[in-house]
Amino acid sequence: MASDDAAPGPGLTDAARHALRQVAAMMIPASAEYRVPGADDELVFADMLRSTGRDTAAIARALADLDARAGGSFAGLDAARREAVAGEWRAAASPDFILLQRLVLQCYYRDDRVMRSLDMEPRPPFPKGHVVEQGDWSLLDPVRKRARMWRDAP
Amino acid sequence: MTDTVDVLIIGAGASGAAVAWSLAETKMRIVCLEQGDWMNPAAYPASGRDWEARQLGDFAINPNRRARAADYPINEDNSPIKVGNFNAVGGSTILYAGHFPRFHPSDFRVRSLDGVADDWPLDYATLEPFYAENDRVMGVSGLAGDPAYPPHEATMPPLPLGRSGRILARGMNAMGWHWWPSDSAIASTDYEGRAGCINLAHCTSGCAQGAKASTDITYWPQAIRAGVELRTRCRVREITTNAEGMASGVVYYDAEGVERFQAAEVVILACNGIGTPRILLNSASGRFPRGLANTSDQVGRNLMFHPYAAIHGYFDEETDGYRGPGNCIWSQEFYESDPSRGFLRGYTFEFVRGQGAVMAAVQGMQTGRLPWGAAHHAAYRKLHAHRTGMVAICEDLPEAHNRVTLDPVLKDGHGIPAPKLHYTLSENSRRMLDHAVARGSEILRAAGARDIATEAPIQSNGVHLMGTARMGTNPERSVVNEWGRSHDVRNLFIVDGSIFVTSAGLNPTRTIQALALYIADQMKRRLSTLFD
Repeated sequence: MASDDAAPGPGLTDAARHALRQVAAMMIPASAEYRVPGADDELVFADMLRSTGRDTAAIARALADLDARAGGSFAGLDAARREAVAGEWRAAASPDFILLQRLVLQCYYRDDRVMRSLDMEPRPPFPKGHVVEQGDWSLLDPVRKRARMWRDAP
Repeated sequence: MTDTVDVLIIGAGASGAAVAWSLAETKMRIVCLEQGDWMNPAAYPASGRDWEARQLGDFAINPNRRARAADYPINEDNSPIKVGNFNAVGGSTILYAGHFPRFHPSDFRVRSLDGVADDWPLDYATLEPFYAENDRVMGVSGLAGDPAYPPHEATMPPLPLGRSGRILARGMNAMGWHWWPSDSAIASTDYEGRAGCINLAHCTSGCAQGAKASTDITYWPQAIRAGVELRTRCRVREITTNAEGMASGVVYYDAEGVERFQAAEVVILACNGIGTPRILLNSASGRFPRGLANTSDQVGRNLMFHPYAAIHGYFDEETDGYRGPGNCIWSQEFYESDPSRGFLRGYTFEFVRGQGAVMAAVQGMQTGRLPWGAAHHAAYRKLHAHRTGMVAICEDLPEAHNRVTLDPVLKDGHGIPAPKLHYTLSENSRRMLDHAVARGSEILRAAGARDIATEAPIQSNGVHLMGTARMGTNPERSVVNEWGRSHDVRNLFIVDGSIFVTSAGLNPTRTIQALALYIADQMKRRLSTLFD
């Protein structure tokens, strides 16, 4: 799906992938109420791994930072400790973290199931386009009655 | 060395295309060198599911982020506003929103009317026929009768008001303030072989439909049919001069990276407010040690961006969201100077419809409106397709210390020194931004917003690049004369936004193109005495 034209760096390690998936699940869990998968869903996560592109190195750094904050391995923490460490990591909001968070959101909110849950057709904008109502142009009537506003210039 | 051409244009964007098209009727041999390539509209992001991701990648507005082969790096560490541009046939019209306001008569008389900056050496009436000519080629959707402007016609009906426009117009009417359908370089109907807008919501990463008037699909096909030669992937390093102090041609790197020389009788720069001073400064020589056309020391100075403020509201009712062109309506209630506001000059509000599903999430996260965890989904559904608002485009007054120089270290892929920016936000701009945020918030509250988000200045929106080779009648205080010819080098012309004397408080492309057509017209009228 990704068509980023910049050459990606080396891919993420297995440990980094595992941590990314855990983070994605914490960020956007599945919801039965809205009938949507979580961001750690197999298809969404596969899209993420294909789409790191020019940001691969930054995402790897963000995950290394997360591991460092966890004292070595974020994945090895229990759930409560993971929550606390991720909260600190998120609050620091490093540029690398921002790119990682964006990757998760980009892939999640283009997933077919998620788009359908938002009443969107799962398709690109072109060539079908969208409908925008013309709107009520009578709203302009009071403005039409205004005197000219522009100044003469010598 | 190749044969000498009559006219060599550097840059195939908004102004380079217009000047090429106009000069083509002379039947002179005209060549344009463009560092980028032709774009393929079928490959624009709108054709893929990853369209929003690509707006932050290979179609990002910032060249340092985008980093295509056609791009050159810019050191913008010393500027709170970062550059937006695009390098291709069509230049930044590939990515611009297509907002297409004209200047006002007062915008050309800033010193006379408001006692700041300088007057332009020409006026609205002089440019008016060239605005009209440009409108015919580009195609402008709008509505005649805007009380903020002298009378002028639109070539097509306005873009739809939509849900977002209805909400915002309601707020404007509650305040009793001016608004009007925006003039837009987007075809609301089929126009001159271009298909009408189908509301892709995608204007700022290339219009796959061809409804938006980028110059690769407006001026260039006509100019090429008329005989202009356009060479792509050709990056100019410097303009050379001869013993008479005239421009003799340019040194450039072709698509294979081979260094070439192209001799020319006339050289025209059309590279925008950063690219043009970069080439002039890189053309320093024994004859012109401060850089070409720079006896006045004005090359690179007076950089103007337009500080932007963003004011958006979240509403209970649904907005246009991811549908429609961004352009909708504008307001110039606070455009003309009013000293009681605490600043000089003014700004335009441009109202925008909404945003895509991904950007709704990204901005929701960045502003703390969207949590992680189980509460994410409910919170997101209050943001997605429930946001609309405006940007304020503030007039940026010229200041000599805001400038473009050459970076002593940073270079592009051909080893050519990169530009370095030095820019600070003036107190006048800060006050104007504060005013815009306050008034914009009032509008949104009056329209029924339940939550308001603001950002001022918008860091990432340095898309209007002006003032760095300004025009004027005094050679000691300007770079080009009142018809675009260098004071120092009589066969060197500049036609892009760098010749702006002041910036006005609105998008510059329509005026850049009208100026380019005006300068081309002056050149045609003076062909026999062009170098006198």
